[in-house]
Amino acid sequence: MSNRVAAPPRSLFARLRLRERIRDRDTAIYGLLLLVALVFPAISLYTSDGSTYLIAVAGHAGTYVLLAIGLNVVVGFAGLLDLGYAAFFAIGAYTYALFASQQLLASPIHHAYHFPFWLMMFVGLIIAASAGAILGFPTLRLRGDYLAIVTLGFGEIVPQVFQNFDQWTGGINAIGGIDQPTLPAWVTGPWAGADSISIVAPFSFSFDPIAYYVLIFILVSVAIVLVNNLQRSRLGRAWMAIREDEVAAAAMGINTVTTKLLAFGIGASFSGFAGAYYGASFGLVSPDDFLFIVSITVLVMIVLGGMGSIPGVIVGAITVYFILNWFLPLLPPAVQSLASSIGLGSLNARSGDWPGLGNETQNVTLLLFGLILVSMMLVRPQGLFPSRVREQELKHATGQEDEAAIEQAHA
Amino acid sequence: MTDNLDDNILVLNNVTKRFGGLVAVDDVSLSIKRGEIFALIGPNGAGKTTLFNNVTGLFKPTSGHVILNGKDITGSKPHEVARLGIARTFQNIRLFDYMTCLDNVRVGRHVRMHSKLWDGLFKLPAERREEARVTEEAMELLRFVGIARQAHQYARNLPYGQQRRLEIARALATEPKLLLLDEPAAGFTPQEKVELMALVRKILDRGVTVWLIEHDMKVVMGISERIVVLDHGEKIAEGPPEEVRTDPRVIEAYLGKSA
Amino acid sequence: MTFTDYGFYVLCGTAIVLLATQAVLDPRTFFQVLDFGIADGAIYALVALGYTMVYGIIELINFAHGDIFTLSAVIGSAILGFFTVSENTFSLTEFVTLLLVFPVVMLMIGGINVTIERVAYRPLRNAPRLAPLITAIGMSFIVEGVMYLWHGSAIIHFPDLLPHGPGFQTYIGGVFFTFKDIFVIVAAVILVSLLAVFINASKLGKAMRATAQDRDAAQLMGIDINRTISATFFIGAVLAAAGGIIYGLYFNNLDYHLGFSVGLIAFTAAVFGGIGNIPGAALGGLLIGLVKAFSDNYVGSRWTHIIVFSILIAVLVFRPTGLLGMRVPEK
Ligand SMILES: Nc1ncnc2c1ncn2[C@@H]1O[C@H](COP(=O)(O)OP(=O)(O)OP(=O)(O)O)[C@@H](O)[C@H]1O
Ligand SMILES: [Mg+2]
Repeated sequence: MSNRVAAPPRSLFARLRLRERIRDRDTAIYGLLLLVALVFPAISLYTSDGSTYLIAVAGHAGTYVLLAIGLNVVVGFAGLLDLGYAAFFAIGAYTYALFASQQLLASPIHHAYHFPFWLMMFVGLIIAASAGAILGFPTLRLRGDYLAIVTLGFGEIVPQVFQNFDQWTGGINAIGGIDQPTLPAWVTGPWAGADSISIVAPFSFSFDPIAYYVLIFILVSVAIVLVNNLQRSRLGRAWMAIREDEVAAAAMGINTVTTKLLAFGIGASFSGFAGAYYGASFGLVSPDDFLFIVSITVLVMIVLGGMGSIPGVIVGAITVYFILNWFLPLLPPAVQSLASSIGLGSLNARSGDWPGLGNETQNVTLLLFGLILVSMMLVRPQGLFPSRVREQELKHATGQEDEAAIEQAHA
Repeated sequence: MTDNLDDNILVLNNVTKRFGGLVAVDDVSLSIKRGEIFALIGPNGAGKTTLFNNVTGLFKPTSGHVILNGKDITGSKPHEVARLGIARTFQNIRLFDYMTCLDNVRVGRHVRMHSKLWDGLFKLPAERREEARVTEEAMELLRFVGIARQAHQYARNLPYGQQRRLEIARALATEPKLLLLDEPAAGFTPQEKVELMALVRKILDRGVTVWLIEHDMKVVMGISERIVVLDHGEKIAEGPPEEVRTDPRVIEAYLGKSA
Repeated sequence: MTFTDYGFYVLCGTAIVLLATQAVLDPRTFFQVLDFGIADGAIYALVALGYTMVYGIIELINFAHGDIFTLSAVIGSAILGFFTVSENTFSLTEFVTLLLVFPVVMLMIGGINVTIERVAYRPLRNAPRLAPLITAIGMSFIVEGVMYLWHGSAIIHFPDLLPHGPGFQTYIGGVFFTFKDIFVIVAAVILVSLLAVFINASKLGKAMRATAQDRDAAQLMGIDINRTISATFFIGAVLAAAGGIIYGLYFNNLDYHLGFSVGLIAFTAAVFGGIGNIPGAALGGLLIGLVKAFSDNYVGSRWTHIIVFSILIAVLVFRPTGLLGMRVPEK
């Protein structure tokens, strides 16, 4: 090393060990995500003339980030394939929707409830977790993919049940007019269309995308911290042991049934939690929002991102959400304007069998999404940021350091 | 039984295991004394591993009883058996491949740890202390089996011999009173076998009773005080090594095989 | 008999008693529903076989399989579009086109499925377990996407070629039978029997069974694994293609998204019978068809989905490896 000049001892820079941390891939991703999350609202407000549309989209993406983090506990950590994750999402959303709207007034009990969001978020969590436990208890001893099928079946049953019990849930008519969260006070300012910075009290979220953005940002941050803690705990290791070899894990004294049940329950609780948020932020909950395709989308997110790696699945969730809700919908107009600008504007017009370039691009999006999925998986079978990349780093690291140093690092 | 309960850590009474028509373990009774190295030998397919599986709760014996420290543990679940103080290694090495060596051993500590979901979720001080202590203990065990330098490598990247050692360290982490080793020296060079024998003696010095399955008679003779021989699921001989080696039934069982 | 066996028999017993009651109270309706359920189940069985064969050999839930089924109906209807066939009279023309369309579509779909395996699954054979699952989902979108590009979300008509109308239907004991019902059932029975013979007697069939049991050992014995897996995808697709055309001939209407729901149910049928088990898939398909028909009729079609999947979960709880699945001992 050429850097022999002694740096001032224990400078702030040295103490933060910044350079060292950036070299750790996960920390770098978290840092970048944090930066983007903080800068994004300002930039999108600035670039779209104060429209909060993009912030609202980002807020919804946050729901999927929460779902991905939760499903990762089940699939990535404990190695249990769950194909019906949306069922718990539905349970959370309906729990909030039923008890925070006028819906139950028309039901056989003729009484509407309006419990506060902050309470119902946790009620949704608990009910979803209980549903997970009830489903998991008799089925978690099933081996391998049979469990996947049970979850798939459960995922098919739940939305249909919400649809069929229409006396209670309004069936396919959905539940609308769901209460917005309220806070005793909130800060408003130019970013929300106000003239100056001031305090609103009391404050209702009433579809203010920025408030929801802040809320989901906090929820996701808390979720990241908690799940990271879990991963590095006794329970997290037990999950991974079961994922790697269930027989050996049991022989080491791990109660595989309760440990798997915990993974299932915790995964479900994330989904239930996200469901309550979803119900509030959309103000509308319908059985169609929780079909198989939702479970599949979240699964795609975590596998594509890199199962088991928390930053990986977050990036996966954002990427897939971005492709589905921004890239693909915006493609037809983009292609049209591209065609116009390179002198092929005539293609945009409808003629005979040709539906026009814009419509044709629209028709091709499903195919395109499939192609993107397949090619991304073929290029990176381990996902974008797999947890196993560290294998290489670790091999390098331990080759040179001596035993004492390793021990010191872990003392 | 005439054996004094206090002397015996493990007693098997007439253990039988059937798979359909096949009797893999046939009415086997034996007792293992506290603090000894006890060996189980027998030709391929004799039922040795199956007997281990019956003791460790992977299988439930078709009939008979497994008694640990005077307590009947027949039919207990594997994790209960581990908690009660029996740990094992596997003939075909079953490590947690994509976990580091350190984590493999820390998983072994699981059953002696106390942190609950909440402790881990919020990283409460007690949990941090326990994690630090367990890491320390796990490193000590890695040092004990001689692979501390590999602590941060994935288990699957270790060479074969070190994987066997890691499996032993992981089993020891559960603080067993009785350690079952299923062919721990299989595929070892003579030098490695000598080292393994030394390791087994060191394990004994920690106060752990060792019961091992081994094909190599040199290893068996070198370390064990008593041997039981299994053939077609049946116990055909029992006694000190010199005696068993010259037993005509044992010779017959091994006829044509390298013993 | 263990507790779970007991539960399983209670479950079966209850179902049989309930159905028997209906059979006695109103035999006409009962046998009518039975007839329809068997025909429907025969189609599910053909699709379920493909799921079970692929799962048996590479442990992949081939999400694209249902769409392969739909694609064959779409291609079949396109090919029939080239001929001037009549939906009202069944003459030699119709007979010959039918004889033609089956093998052509079966071969095409077989080729497509083999290509899908080559491109999307084979490169991932040693990748993490869920990677090919995701490409299978992607392939499902691609196949659906192609059909969407072709026809949009419109209903696609499949010519009603099979003889129908007054001359080809009859009442037996008050139950209404059509030639179409018989055709579906007979065709399915023939195809499944051919498959059974092939799997049990041919060299390739044996290679498939060996590979399913232990891929490494099969390879050591000189079996060409890649060829065997390709063959499995080919045969699975051939059966699905037959199923697709039969579906088209029977129901006459479909859309690009049909394979999703049929696939889901057929896969459920495969699990029901014990995934990886070929007779199990046939049995599972049949039973699911019956369950659907009975549920549609006696409970109401909006409960059918719930009933099918509840039964699936109950069966797995009581019989963890499906009806005919083997209980694999732990090593
Ligand atoms: N889960 C099982 N199901 C059916 N048969 C089994 C099972 N496990 C073992 N067996 C059979 O029981 C017999 C004894 O097997 P076991 O593995 O216990 O032998 P072993 O003495 O350990 O042999 P080796 O020296 O080869 O390890 C063998 O015939 C084997 O095929
Ligand atoms: Mg053995």
